[in-house]
Amino acid sequence: MWASLKTATWLGWQIESNWASPALFALYSIVKPLTSAAILVVMFGIVTEGNFGSTAFSYMYIGNAFYMYVGAVMAGMAQAVVDDRERFRTLKSMYVAPVNIPMYLMGRGVARFLTTTLSVAITLAFGVAFLQLQVSPSTVRWGLFLPALVVGIAMLATLGLTLASIVLVIAHNSWLVGEAVAAALYLFCGAVFPLEVLPWWVRPVGYLMPVTYWLEAVRRSLVGGVATEYPTLASIGDVQLLVLLGVLTVGSGAIAAATFSRCDRLARERGLIDRTTNY
Amino acid sequence: MADGTRGGRWTVGGGRSSGWRLFARTALARAYPRLIMNVREKWWMVFDILLPLVAVCAYVFVYRANNAPADLIGFVIIGGAMSAYWMNVLWAMGNQLFWEKETGNLALYIMAPGSMMAILLGMALGGMFTTTVRAASILAIGSLLFDVHFAVSSVPLLAAAFVLALVALYGMGMMFASMFLLLGREGWHLVNLAQEPVFLLSGTFFPIRSFNFWVAAGASIVPLTLALDAIRQLSFASGAASGFLDVRTEVAALAGLSVVFLVAARISLRQLERLAIAEGRLTESRA
Repeated sequence: MWASLKTATWLGWQIESNWASPALFALYSIVKPLTSAAILVVMFGIVTEGNFGSTAFSYMYIGNAFYMYVGAVMAGMAQAVVDDRERFRTLKSMYVAPVNIPMYLMGRGVARFLTTTLSVAITLAFGVAFLQLQVSPSTVRWGLFLPALVVGIAMLATLGLTLASIVLVIAHNSWLVGEAVAAALYLFCGAVFPLEVLPWWVRPVGYLMPVTYWLEAVRRSLVGGVATEYPTLASIGDVQLLVLLGVLTVGSGAIAAATFSRCDRLARERGLIDRTTNY
Repeated sequence: MADGTRGGRWTVGGGRSSGWRLFARTALARAYPRLIMNVREKWWMVFDILLPLVAVCAYVFVYRANNAPADLIGFVIIGGAMSAYWMNVLWAMGNQLFWEKETGNLALYIMAPGSMMAILLGMALGGMFTTTVRAASILAIGSLLFDVHFAVSSVPLLAAAFVLALVALYGMGMMFASMFLLLGREGWHLVNLAQEPVFLLSGTFFPIRSFNFWVAAGASIVPLTLALDAIRQLSFASGAASGFLDVRTEVAALAGLSVVFLVAARISLRQLERLAIAEGRLTESRA
């Protein structure tokens, strides 16, 4: 099981990084996240006349930076199924080999986590250096940050496994499923704005999503005062927040296990493992 | 005789086709799958309209959370609609020949008597139509959802800016398509890389005038930049005040970019097709 995870991580790293020279890959890892963040920075700068020292800016910037993990880990695991089945046509070989498929998919997610960590770190460093982002290693609450990060990544892996399982049995638009869910969560979880801005009938979706609590925990640990600035989750204490995140992660894990079991059986029965649709 | 040769000339579909007729029929044939997909595959409504709309909504809520002026929300809606064209140009034009190579169609295109320019034109026409349906839907739904008020000052200029923007954008896409003939999977990453930086530099979600003149001028090499600025200036009461250049100048520049990119597409297609054939890259798979 661990060998599957380790090998998949190495394979994923190679796929993610060896298409270009290390210099070009580094440039790619820097330019894409920074320009993505810069869009929000310019928008924020226009309407607040450059008030980057505000808590509202920290809320948006940190939320956007850490949301990269959602797209990378969760959507990346779903994309791994499409890539292996349709492009590289190796999924059937994985199934034939003594590989634990859920661990293999999680390993691909770990590779995306590693590459994305570089992007997140660069984005945060840029914010601290040039945009008055109030994050400092001496003020970070590591006791909240590290557990939140670990549980959050585990939570994203369970969401990714659920999506990857669904992708196993669908043909049309399978390569867009991860991206679609990531985009929806970006909106509903209030990654870059407080949930109060959403229409009241949409907000319950955000409250049901573990990503909402994960981003809140990360923000609180990096910049204090965010919890009091917006009333969204202000009534929930730090420990309660972690417990809630943990419970939702366990629930998400149970859903992922059940979904994989069901979809894996369907894919085997219907001969979908080696399907190529050229779609 | 349905298809084949007769007296040394190619016939297609039972009729004699050569010259401009063959060109037109090839373009139509390549456009056809992109048109018919709108009828046969309904999921595009979810993925091609709702997905970009969700991204647009997120940007709108960022503005709303910071009490931005109403017109900026309209700017985002127009940016979201026009970004559909950029995505189509990148993925369905630029990267298309790479996918055609992967699926084995590219060699068939080269072997067939039709011109590759006709193939690219067909891809562009089909892409323009399907993307216009999507962009119009994003514009309509976004405007209704967020109560956007338009104040169009000149319909002819607006139409000219829009049409020239499409010609320039798809001309650029045709040029990309030939350049991507030489790329393997790095093409996918390069296309991926051309999203956020272009959305930033073209001012997709904010007025391009927010940048200094030379940055905005440099970004104008991408037709999306001038197109967005011209369309916004012509569509909103505050548009002219936040405009980068005079609208007529921007329309003239878009016309120039259209010619440049179409000519560049023709030249690069000839040269890179020859190079790809010489290096044996037309049928290789470098996934």
